[in-house]
Amino acid sequence: MDLTTTYLGLKLKNPLIISASPLSEEIDNFRRLEDAGASCIVHYSLFEEQITGEIYEADYYQTFGSESFAESLSYFPKPSQFILGPQEYCEHIRLAKKAVDIPIIASLNGHSLGGWTKYARHLEEAGADALELNIYYLATDPEDTSEKIENNYVEVLKAVKSVVKIPVAVKLSPYFSAMANMAVRLDQAGADGLVLFNRFYQPDIDLENLKITPNVLLSNSPEMRLPMRWIAILFGRIKADMAATSGIHTAADVLKLLMVGAKATMLCSILLRKGIDHLGRIKTEMVEWMKEHEYRSVAQMQGSISQRLCTDPELFERANYMKVLKSYHSGKR
Amino acid sequence: MERQKVTIDGNEAAAYVAYHLNEVIAIYPITPSSVMGELSDEWMSRGTPNIWGTVPVVQEMQSEAGAAGTVHGALTTGALTTTFTSSQGLLLMLPNMYKIAGELTSTVFHVAARSVATHALSIFGDHSDVMAARATGFALLSSCSVQEVMDFALIAQAATLESRVPFMHFLDGFRTSHEVSKIEKLTVEDMKAMIDDELVIAHRLRGLSPDRPVMRGSAQNPDVFFQAREAANVFYINCPGLVQKAMDKFAALTGRQYHLFDYFGDPNAERVIVVMGSAAEACQDTVEKLNQADEKVGLVRVRLYRPFSVKHLVDALPEGVRTIAVLDRTKESGSSGEPLYLDIVNALVEMSSQRKDRRMPTIIGGRYGLSSKEFTPAMIKGIFDEMLKADPKNHFTVGIKDDLTGTSLEYDEDFIIESPFGVRAIFHGLGSDGTVSANKSSIRIIGENTPNYAQGYFVYDSKKAGSVTVSHLRFGPKPIHSSYLIGRANFIGCHFFGFLERYDVLKELEEGGVFLLNSMYEHKQTWDKLPREVQQELITKKAQFYVIDATKVAREAGLGGRINTVMQTAFFAISGVLPREEAITAIKESIKKTYGNKGEEIVKLNYEAVDHTLAHLHRIQFPKEATSQHSRIEAVSSQAPKYVREVIGKMIGRCGDEIPVSRMPADGTFPVGTSKWEKRNIAQEIPVWDPDICIQCGKCVAVCPHAVIRTKVYDPALLKKSPGTFKSVEAKDAELKGLQFTIQVAPEDCTGCAICVDICPVKNKSETRLKAINMKEQLPIKDEEIKNWDFFLDLPESDRGLVKHSTIRGIQSLEPLFEFSGACAGCGETPYIKIMTQLFGDRALIANATGCSSIFGGNLPTTPWTKNKEGRGPAWSNSLFEDNAEFGLGFRLAVDKQSEYARELIKKLASSIGDTLVNELLSAKQLDEADIFEQRKRVELLKKKIARLKTPEARQLQSLADMLVKKSVWIIGGDGWAYDIGFGGLDHVMAAGKDVNILVLDTEVYSNTGGQASKSTPRGAVAKFAAGGKPMPKKDLARIAMIYEYVYVASVALGAKDEHTLKAFLEAEAYPGPSLIIAYSHCIAQGIDMTTAMSDQKNAVLTGYWPLFRYNPALAFEGKNPLILDSKSPKIPLDEFMYSQNRFKILTKTHPPRAKELLKLAQEDVNKRFEIFEQMAAQAPAAAEKKDQ
Repeated sequence: MDLTTTYLGLKLKNPLIISASPLSEEIDNFRRLEDAGASCIVHYSLFEEQITGEIYEADYYQTFGSESFAESLSYFPKPSQFILGPQEYCEHIRLAKKAVDIPIIASLNGHSLGGWTKYARHLEEAGADALELNIYYLATDPEDTSEKIENNYVEVLKAVKSVVKIPVAVKLSPYFSAMANMAVRLDQAGADGLVLFNRFYQPDIDLENLKITPNVLLSNSPEMRLPMRWIAILFGRIKADMAATSGIHTAADVLKLLMVGAKATMLCSILLRKGIDHLGRIKTEMVEWMKEHEYRSVAQMQGSISQRLCTDPELFERANYMKVLKSYHSGKR
Repeated sequence: MERQKVTIDGNEAAAYVAYHLNEVIAIYPITPSSVMGELSDEWMSRGTPNIWGTVPVVQEMQSEAGAAGTVHGALTTGALTTTFTSSQGLLLMLPNMYKIAGELTSTVFHVAARSVATHALSIFGDHSDVMAARATGFALLSSCSVQEVMDFALIAQAATLESRVPFMHFLDGFRTSHEVSKIEKLTVEDMKAMIDDELVIAHRLRGLSPDRPVMRGSAQNPDVFFQAREAANVFYINCPGLVQKAMDKFAALTGRQYHLFDYFGDPNAERVIVVMGSAAEACQDTVEKLNQADEKVGLVRVRLYRPFSVKHLVDALPEGVRTIAVLDRTKESGSSGEPLYLDIVNALVEMSSQRKDRRMPTIIGGRYGLSSKEFTPAMIKGIFDEMLKADPKNHFTVGIKDDLTGTSLEYDEDFIIESPFGVRAIFHGLGSDGTVSANKSSIRIIGENTPNYAQGYFVYDSKKAGSVTVSHLRFGPKPIHSSYLIGRANFIGCHFFGFLERYDVLKELEEGGVFLLNSMYEHKQTWDKLPREVQQELITKKAQFYVIDATKVAREAGLGGRINTVMQTAFFAISGVLPREEAITAIKESIKKTYGNKGEEIVKLNYEAVDHTLAHLHRIQFPKEATSQHSRIEAVSSQAPKYVREVIGKMIGRCGDEIPVSRMPADGTFPVGTSKWEKRNIAQEIPVWDPDICIQCGKCVAVCPHAVIRTKVYDPALLKKSPGTFKSVEAKDAELKGLQFTIQVAPEDCTGCAICVDICPVKNKSETRLKAINMKEQLPIKDEEIKNWDFFLDLPESDRGLVKHSTIRGIQSLEPLFEFSGACAGCGETPYIKIMTQLFGDRALIANATGCSSIFGGNLPTTPWTKNKEGRGPAWSNSLFEDNAEFGLGFRLAVDKQSEYARELIKKLASSIGDTLVNELLSAKQLDEADIFEQRKRVELLKKKIARLKTPEARQLQSLADMLVKKSVWIIGGDGWAYDIGFGGLDHVMAAGKDVNILVLDTEVYSNTGGQASKSTPRGAVAKFAAGGKPMPKKDLARIAMIYEYVYVASVALGAKDEHTLKAFLEAEAYPGPSLIIAYSHCIAQGIDMTTAMSDQKNAVLTGYWPLFRYNPALAFEGKNPLILDSKSPKIPLDEFMYSQNRFKILTKTHPPRAKELLKLAQEDVNKRFEIFEQMAAQAPAAAEKKDQ
């Protein structure tokens, strides 16, 4: 069975990629993931705030209260060098590269145009095979127009592309008014891949303390429908490779996403829930299904049920809405 | 050889050479020498080698006595060894110094000379410490300037190795140790050239070794001890010559020629000053000026004070000298003269008998500059003028006004001799706004980018929150000898507008000088906002007035409140010390150097601030007449008592130098309750109470570090005359039914830390961001809140008998007798002290170890210790750092003895007093407030009764009667004291079994001296002297104390469980034996968010890092297990606590693998310790102790 695929120009032994997550915090996990069958690992993210905020924080606490009172003109020894987030991150990438043979994709998470984008170069130098640019932006300012926000995505991508030679994928949120147009614009701006979609973490409320609490919820399988639809729609319309992420929990999920046109599928929540070894099971089930259904390769199925190549292309569009409603009512009866 | 020019301070200059020339360095922190040890530790942790290519070992000790012992041991074993110290630290080293000298052991101690504590402690500079060591047999070599510090550190090392006489190389504390100056840096080759390796090997071979055993340190008898002492004479006779030899060799190497005594001035001088230390620099400036006016004056600098060479001194003096004034920077009460004076008198008397060719001059001696008192050219000219008189004053003082014994010399204060070349700039900064750092950077920029010489000296405040820094910077084409503050400035920067309201910022501005103001007002409005005096001074002095809103520029650039870069750029732009473009390039390079290791982003932000500065800098044209309608604020209110107004008020108004001798207490005793007169107004925001949602829990009152949040419960009828905005609600507690309740904030005393808001448990149900107490801008509500505060103070204190003393809720309305201290905003120590005073303050005696608590409690001008309306309150004193437990035990012994004597006298006078009263007085248990109240009434009755008696016993009893009321003795200090330097005494005092209450304010680091590791510092924490993270775990003081089985021990954390803290204080005080409370005290030195620090203590407990427990031996008497574990086993991993604090987190950024390893070990420490406590608490109690034990 030929499971190989190509994503961002990287030849992968199968379409099972590990998405940016705590799974990649330990170097040991890289080996375990490789052994379990992962074809590529997206390293946990380096955040814009780490690049900027951590520096401020280090400086703030290192100097807070200093040069003020004669007996205590400082409170900490002066280190000759700080190994801040970005340096630690690069070091981690180096170690990860040494640990495994599969490609490692570095992940840079931010939203604004600024100095942080040039850290992409450091990630390349550290040995990353590609870069995933996670533009995580919540448009909360009522003054911000959609045009401005969309332009910002493109500019950030260009800024990063201008400093690296390795391929760059953009991880997107699903909240664009003109999703298809946005994908095309990013494609034209040089994105080598699009990762669909980012899940914005939704805060919760602690009723006892009347406080907002940050809350990370692992994904559920039905969530893969959203990327599935958009990959299906975009397949064949852009040059960039598409990877699916969010809610990929079963071999069936993987297969469906490949069929709508994904070059690769990214998994995380299911492995956090069931353990790294579960990846092997997904892979086995996927192969069994393919065998059972007489598929020879992954390439054979990629895009086969995309909007352009499927029998009912309208089902991916508005018309689908009516069918859903109808099916709901018929279900009730 | 071209040597690098560096701009560094005296401490670094000494440490640089000392580090490179030694193998072992034993250290202990003490201001102002701590930096020498800190730098050595940093260099060691970076692997910097000495000149022989090996990295010296730096070992922190538990005290200077310990450091000296270790130094002695390492020297005895043949290692090149050094130490650094000052003041009391040097005194603790004295016994070993006698030994080291007696054994002719080569070493150099580097001492930043500082006042020895007498009537008061002072961290500032004079020679009282080094003079106390002059009999040890150490050679004493004095440096006058930063360059000399580096040079003499090397010369001393060369000389000690050759002479075998140990050396004490001293520099003036602060004036030289902290002065930043451009100097020529000696190279490793210079050091190698000066140090003879053969002498090093000889030193090593004199060391003890079992391979060639000898014994040293014998005990000798009357038959030979004397002769043996004299046997060393030849080494002392040879020593001066060998020092000169080293100086000559050094001169050949560097071109800088020094002599044992260096003369400067007219070769035919008739009047000569002899002086030692940095004052010689000021004297040189003055002599040069006076020589230009043809005055025949000169100066002898004493370099080598011990061994004293009469010959070299006499040779240095001009032959025609008629009058010599010998200046001592020390005071020896009761002596016939100060030490240097006596040595000079002796030398010249000896000269007169041996050198008939020389005429005996008149010699006068005087004292100057104690505790860094300014010593200026005006004073020096005053001395020269005095020497012209037929009968000049001997044993004079200069620089003060002695209206008591008339010792002081008059002088013309307007004699100012600032160089007309270059820049003389003064900057007034606010606390840690970055002003000092920026100025240090400016000095480096100018020092390193221009041929100019540069000098910086920094004057700091006595407060830890909202303090004022004044920087004095000189730049010029000639070497700068001005070891005094700038008398006339051509540039003054004021970095905080509020200073203009409080004191004369423009005093030193010369005519036509530049005044740069950081103003929060729009530049066109700024003139109108100035007090009238400031306007007038600008007009009179024809000043060039510039304004910038640096705070805005900094904020917009993303730098928060740090305005340093902006003000520095503005200074360079206006002062013209460098061409503007060149200056900006240099500033940017400096920024890169400073912040480069922290990442490019922070560099970029600072660049942005630089680039935006010039656009916001405005020159202000002003009218020819002052227009302002308001004046500067008086330093203290006219309502203050006379002494506060006339003496303490002068200090508050920064005019303490004007206070004459007669107004100062001769024995260091001051009135309490003075901090309330020092209205500092440093908070931009203050807490405002919302009575509608307040649940009256008292938490905000409990945690307030400065006791500015107060509660009272009172009769509603008293509200009739309340100000319109005064807030009041019905008290909620059942026992307070019918009374009104108010929480009031002292608006001018608050530091704005906001810790009260963080701890408030109530949320506004309609607007959850609000609590029952919220921060609001101070200025708009200041006036009305002052009225409310005054009204509140006039309300009667809450009835102590009515409120519960066993709950935080109850004690909130007990009057604190510790208020408005100089502690940091958000301090974690002061709330514990405050609670103690609320509970027991009116009968407390407090022994306070030196450290943060002695400084915020006892540093002039004011004290936070206060008294109640009956005139009772805590009586407080500080003895030393190391002896506080013993000091407090002395209180207890005195109280017990006096109480016992009083009881004996009562029995003797029983017939006159009456049996009922006698019995009641003697049998009163005084277990609670009500009992104590009754006993006080009995004592008053007793006093009345015995007042009629005229017997000696009655008179004795009258003076002792108050001792019949139970006294509460508290021994308070930090972990540096309790775990390290004072542990021996603490242990003994606990063992002694007396009724003392020991409160350890445990910040887990030496906070006051700037964050050095103590034995309380936890594993994995970064601190000075533990730059690579402390490898060993925190000492378990509690368990050590528990071993005695009769010591009450509690571990508390107010922010985690306030009721538990209260319970521990009540139990500790009630326990009739020794009690030890170890109180978790968050601290700025931990690198934490001070606003949330109190509630963050919860994680200290939840992780098991700081278990809460009480070990009460009284329970054992009842047959119960004495240990009660009050917190649960660890719920969350330790890193959640540790990595919210810079002290731990920084290690993950500097030594990541080590941080990981130490975290693992630290977690094991916590788990293991908690398990031990769990086991102890679960054990079946031992058989009930007999009560008579």
